[in-house]
Amino acid sequence: MSAPVLRVRELVKEYGEGDARVRALRGVDLDVDQGDYVAVMGASGSGKSTLMNILGCLDVPTSGSYQIDGADVGLLDEHQLALLRNRRVGFVFQSFNLIPRMSALANVELPLVYGGVGQAERRSRALAALEQVGLSDRLHHEPNQLSGGQQQRVAVARALVTAPALLLADEPTGNLDTASTRDVLDILDRLSAAGRTIVVITHEDDVAAHAKRVIRLVDGAIVEDRRQAPVDGPPPRLAEAAR
Amino acid sequence: MNRLEILRFALRGLLANKMRSALTTLGILIGVAAVILLVAVGEGSSQSIQKNIQRLGANTLTISPSFTGGGGGRGGPAGGGQNTGPRTQARQLTLADAEALADKAAAPSVASVSPVVTAGSATATYEAASHGIGQLVGTYPSYFEAMNRQVARGTYFFNDDVLAARKVMVLGTTVAEELFGDLDPVGRQVSVSGVPFTVVGVLKESGSTGMQDADDVALAPLPAVQQSLTGFGSLGSIVVRATGASATATAQAEVTAILNQRHGVTGTAAADYRILNQATLQETVSAATGTFTVLLGAVAAISLLVGGIGITNIMLVTVTERTREIGIRKAIGAPRGAILGQFLMEATLLSLVGGLSGVLVAFAGTRFTIAGIEPVLVPSSVVLALGVSVGIGLFFGSYPANRAAKLRPIQALRHE
Repeated sequence: MSAPVLRVRELVKEYGEGDARVRALRGVDLDVDQGDYVAVMGASGSGKSTLMNILGCLDVPTSGSYQIDGADVGLLDEHQLALLRNRRVGFVFQSFNLIPRMSALANVELPLVYGGVGQAERRSRALAALEQVGLSDRLHHEPNQLSGGQQQRVAVARALVTAPALLLADEPTGNLDTASTRDVLDILDRLSAAGRTIVVITHEDDVAAHAKRVIRLVDGAIVEDRRQAPVDGPPPRLAEAAR
Repeated sequence: MNRLEILRFALRGLLANKMRSALTTLGILIGVAAVILLVAVGEGSSQSIQKNIQRLGANTLTISPSFTGGGGGRGGPAGGGQNTGPRTQARQLTLADAEALADKAAAPSVASVSPVVTAGSATATYEAASHGIGQLVGTYPSYFEAMNRQVARGTYFFNDDVLAARKVMVLGTTVAEELFGDLDPVGRQVSVSGVPFTVVGVLKESGSTGMQDADDVALAPLPAVQQSLTGFGSLGSIVVRATGASATATAQAEVTAILNQRHGVTGTAAADYRILNQATLQETVSAATGTFTVLLGAVAAISLLVGGIGITNIMLVTVTERTREIGIRKAIGAPRGAILGQFLMEATLLSLVGGLSGVLVAFAGTRFTIAGIEPVLVPSSVVLALGVSVGIGLFFGSYPANRAAKLRPIQALRHE
């Protein structure tokens, strides 16, 4: 077994000062192996979004260590952090966060632009990523011309295009109707089956049912860690369908 | 991430808000155009003044009597005597002074000396027409060259005319037109205060030099004017032409030495004459117009500064407005340099486009006459204004750009 993609030790995050101090995370330990599909569940205020932001290198923990692919994030300078976000992590947000007035194709190409990939390769990789999420016919639409589900699929394509070691999704279906939710979850299932490491944050059981492993957070600490399917197998829903 | 990509992002950012970008550009445009145009106007006016002074004759010294220190006034006893000694009263300039100045041994830098008498309000008549000549000058032929006056029709008068005290006259164009209209004055007789003079030539037009009409003159041989109009008294002035532009200072020193000796001016005593040096006059005037140009440029520079603050303002608004977008870009791995580059590039583009169009407007503007002055484009002002405008873009854009680049991704993403 190779080293875990994610290794988190004693992670603490506090907000505010003095009496107003809030402990969002109270010492979280977590290992995520290559190819795993983890759902992090919890009520609002349980610290799951804080955990996600730290895992995505968008925020820094108050204390504790965090390694991605063996690299200790706490030791990296700003430029290396930017590189890490660009190459190793793909991020899907609840509110899509596409850049307005840029076509779907341009949005997907953007991480490759910052990664210094040449124009021709950029184009072909972005086209392939959009093909993967089934949006080959919406390349030149701008975000405001796309439905919520389509926007989220563009966002997934953008997260995938750099072939990151880890795909993080923060309530990816929170703003979507049931049909679009199914589309997005299908895509995540297929990515998992293809061996991609995925961490999803959600408070819906339906979404968690797709994951191989479910972690429940309450008040900033892990209270349950349940495995639904083996790490190196297909995700549970695909396994059912195959049966 | 190369420069071309940054440029593309910057262009896209600017085009997303066309009106705002256009107005910001306009601020810089006005600033740059104002700097270049006003400096050009200042330069144009300074050059036209210089030209007017030059037209009065280069390399010349005009010596006129000065009575501040002595008891004699104009029309007081004419000091014809050569005796030196303690000075008791101011002496007038005399023909003998002029002759002394023409001495090549004592004054090698002096090319020519022209004694001048001027008759004030002399009225010239021809048939029914009459005209009060602004300045009737009795002098030597060398005066023409010293004062840079040329004859357009007819001839000058010559040394023979001076020796014989012939009553001949060269008219300025204003006088010629007033008396003769369309007729050719050459060869006709005018009567000046009842004395007949034959017109031998008409001067080339030299235009007005501000206060007085330089063409409202008539020139005649010195003795002829003295005989008939002013009497053989003192001289009004002596015009000395130096051998070259560089020799005017030495010529002035020689003239001073000779006149001091002749007029008995010693030590600290105030001289009873004044020397007007065209070169120093020119320097004084160009210093004055230089100040004028600097003043105009300073006013324009303020408007350029205001335009620069406009850029800062717009960039701050842009950064605030696009904080979320900055967060997204950082979340997908935009390095700090790329964000900084994009916003700096936007600011620079605004000021560069504004600056270049300002230069174009200024180029177009200098083709017109502004307030009676033909502007003269000063290349260094173009370079300076353009350089400053781009510098302003970089300088004033760097604060908002830095603020954008320093944001933590999560802060930027949470910004609504």
